[in-house]
Amino acid sequence: MLVKLCEQPFNPWREVEAYQAECPEMAGKYGATSVFVGSMRDLNQGDAVVGMYLEHYPGMTEQQLQAIVGQAHAQWQLLDSLVIHRIGEVMPEDVLVLVAVWSAHRGDAFDASRFIMETLKSKAPFWKKETLSCGRQRWVEKNTDGYQTRAE
Amino acid sequence: MSIKVRYFASLKELVGRSDDELQADQALTVRAIWRQLNPELALPENVLAALNMEYVGYDARVWDGDELAFFPPVTGG
Repeated sequence: MLVKLCEQPFNPWREVEAYQAECPEMAGKYGATSVFVGSMRDLNQGDAVVGMYLEHYPGMTEQQLQAIVGQAHAQWQLLDSLVIHRIGEVMPEDVLVLVAVWSAHRGDAFDASRFIMETLKSKAPFWKKETLSCGRQRWVEKNTDGYQTRAE
Repeated sequence: MSIKVRYFASLKELVGRSDDELQADQALTVRAIWRQLNPELALPENVLAALNMEYVGYDARVWDGDELAFFPPVTGG
C-alpha cells in the first residue's frame, strides 16, 4: 500500500509495472488489477485551458489519502494498492492521478478502485486553479459526483 | 502556545492571508475563531474546516496548540 504526491510528470503505466515488480509476494496471487488514470483536459466548462496549479494541504493530503486507501482495504479483499497524485504546475495531457488496486477477483478490484477515486475527489484536500487561453486564472469550484449521470 | 489557523486556495485569496496565530486562554469553537479573525466576512456556507488535519464541524472546540484550517470544497483527482 503506497500513497505518494508527485511534483513532476509521471508515467502511470511504468509506475504500475515497477510497483508490481517490487512486490514479488503478490506474484501468482492476483487475478485482477484495476487501474484508473485521470488526466488533465485542455477544455473545461467550454473554455480552453492551457495550464493548471494544483494546491494541496501538506500533511493532511497524505493523511486523508492513507485513510481512504485504508478504508478500501478494510472493506474489500485487496492484496495491494498504489495511489499517486500530482501537485504543483500541470499541463494539459499530464496525468493527474493514478489509482491501482490488486486483488484476487475483479469485483473487489473494480469496486475498491472506484471507491478510492470517488472518495479522493470529495475528501482529499487538493484545489485546482486553471489558466485559460486568454490568460485569466480561475479556481475550479467543486467536483461533480462521479456516480451521477452527466447531463452533457 | 497559540492556535494556528490556515487558509487555502480561493479562501486564502478572499481573506488575503495564508495563516493567523490566535492567543486563546480557553477552548473556542471553529465558528467563533472565524468570527474573531474575520469580523467583516461571514463564514461562507460551503467552507470546510479541519482540526489537526481531520474534518470537523463548525461547532468543534479548538484548544491551545491546535491547528485549524479553513478551505473551499476540494477539487482534486
